[in-house]
Amino acid sequence: MAERTVLEVQGVSKRFGGLLAVDNLSFAVRENEVVGVIGPNGSGKTTVMNLISGLLKPTDGDIFLGDRVISDRPARFIARAGVARTFQLVRTLPSLTVVENVMAGAVFGHKRLWGRAVRKFALRQLERVGMGQAINAPTASLTYIDEKRVELARALASDPRILLLDEWLAGLNPTELTIGIDLIRSLREEGRTIVLVEHVMDAIRSLCDRCVVMNSGAKIAEGTPDATLADKEVIRAYLGDEHA
Amino acid sequence: MTRRELTNFALAVIAFAILACLPFLQDGYVLSLAVGVAMYTVLATSWALFSGPTHYISLATAAFYGLGAYVVSAGIDVIPYVVLLGLAGIAGGVVAALVGVATLRLSGVYFVIFTLGLAELIRQIVTWVQNNLTGSRGMYVLTEITERIIYWELLALAAAVYLIGWLVARSRLGFALRIIGNDEVVAAHVGINSAAAKLALFVISGIFAGMVGAIMAPRFTYIEPSIVFTPELSFQVVIMALLGGVHRLWGPLVGVIPFTILWELIAARFPNQTVLLLGIAFLLIVYLIPNGVVGRIEAAFKLAGRRIKHG
Repeated sequence: MAERTVLEVQGVSKRFGGLLAVDNLSFAVRENEVVGVIGPNGSGKTTVMNLISGLLKPTDGDIFLGDRVISDRPARFIARAGVARTFQLVRTLPSLTVVENVMAGAVFGHKRLWGRAVRKFALRQLERVGMGQAINAPTASLTYIDEKRVELARALASDPRILLLDEWLAGLNPTELTIGIDLIRSLREEGRTIVLVEHVMDAIRSLCDRCVVMNSGAKIAEGTPDATLADKEVIRAYLGDEHA
Repeated sequence: MTRRELTNFALAVIAFAILACLPFLQDGYVLSLAVGVAMYTVLATSWALFSGPTHYISLATAAFYGLGAYVVSAGIDVIPYVVLLGLAGIAGGVVAALVGVATLRLSGVYFVIFTLGLAELIRQIVTWVQNNLTGSRGMYVLTEITERIIYWELLALAAAVYLIGWLVARSRLGFALRIIGNDEVVAAHVGINSAAAKLALFVISGIFAGMVGAIMAPRFTYIEPSIVFTPELSFQVVIMALLGGVHRLWGPLVGVIPFTILWELIAARFPNQTVLLLGIAFLLIVYLIPNGVVGRIEAAFKLAGRRIKHG
């Protein structure tokens, strides 16, 4: 039986002046599904994430969360409705401690805890991403992967209906990459609905149920990772005509 | 409350009780200096409640302050003074809300300029109204209120600022402001209404500045737009708060005490150069101690702590 649709992007376009960054894009994400948005650099993947999370407003088209249109609402509303994200360039809150960074995700949004409850809840999220120690450390002292973990824990702390990961694995060294892939896989196994933008092909193959491939803002393929990555059009977009 | 908070609370109560005894021991010059310190403590602390976490520099203090003073001067013959104090607070809060709704969406620089212009705008409106409708520029505020009472009123208001600041810091609102100060994009993406949070704090600072103006009005006796809407007041508040440090509730106090005393001396010796010296003080503080004296002291302690650990 097919799962319910959680997120639906319907004919969405985004224009920056003369540049059409996203061109009439449509796709749907079902519950418990992990969908990868892939494509060459500059194909509009991060713009799609920004449109879903409300950082940008579409020029055209609608985005639905369940049956509600979210694309005409501000980011804070979308967060409260149950969309959480990490950023391509990691965004932690440097003057807050590690645990406060995570608490930030659980106080104002989809989850609204306060007092002792929010601290305990944040600590569990930190353990969840493998950061049980150093919870009171200043965030500025963290290594890169730990910053990414804190950001992920903050996103998880809102208990989102849908989690957006924008190149969460980028910039990790090979050892960290294995840890990172295992971590996202464990999220997948506990039934999280995830949309991820990623360049790491191993990660896409092992994590995604489905891929949406973009080139110059438009969708050029959609399907299982193996099928889409073998697609002639996709190979041409990534590698040029002679390889197709 | 934790044990430490209880101790701090008790210490604060004792400190205020001791300060409240001052008028019985000293009169005249020392008391007038204490009035200045108390006034700037309220203004700078309430200013820092808003500007500390949001990093918005407001130069609107004189606008709210002058409005408060004018509420008193306009109503002193018909309305009881206590009611006027409340009305002055409301006037400050309402104007802060209107200005906030219009400007807090702007980025920092525009906000600074707008708030500076606001005091001037209100001053011009008041001057125009008085010239054209009432016939005289100034107004008299003649009351029985003595310097002592003014001092006690300001002290009570200072206690209220600290109490509210402490309550805000413990609340969701305080947490939201710390997140906003770090990264507004993250704030929006965790569900925070940044504009509303900033507005709430701006209104609080407007209420306090309005009430301070109302408390100070009887001290002036004669009120004129150029006295109560002076931009110098707004700048002094900013300088004192930054000198002390805005990231701690008691930080501005550390700037207010030395600066008020220093300024008293400077104003007496170089009455014609005050604006120039104010500008120089502003530059020195921003370039040399951007986190204030308190920030410097904390950094020194942290460094010493690290040395001991590794030493």
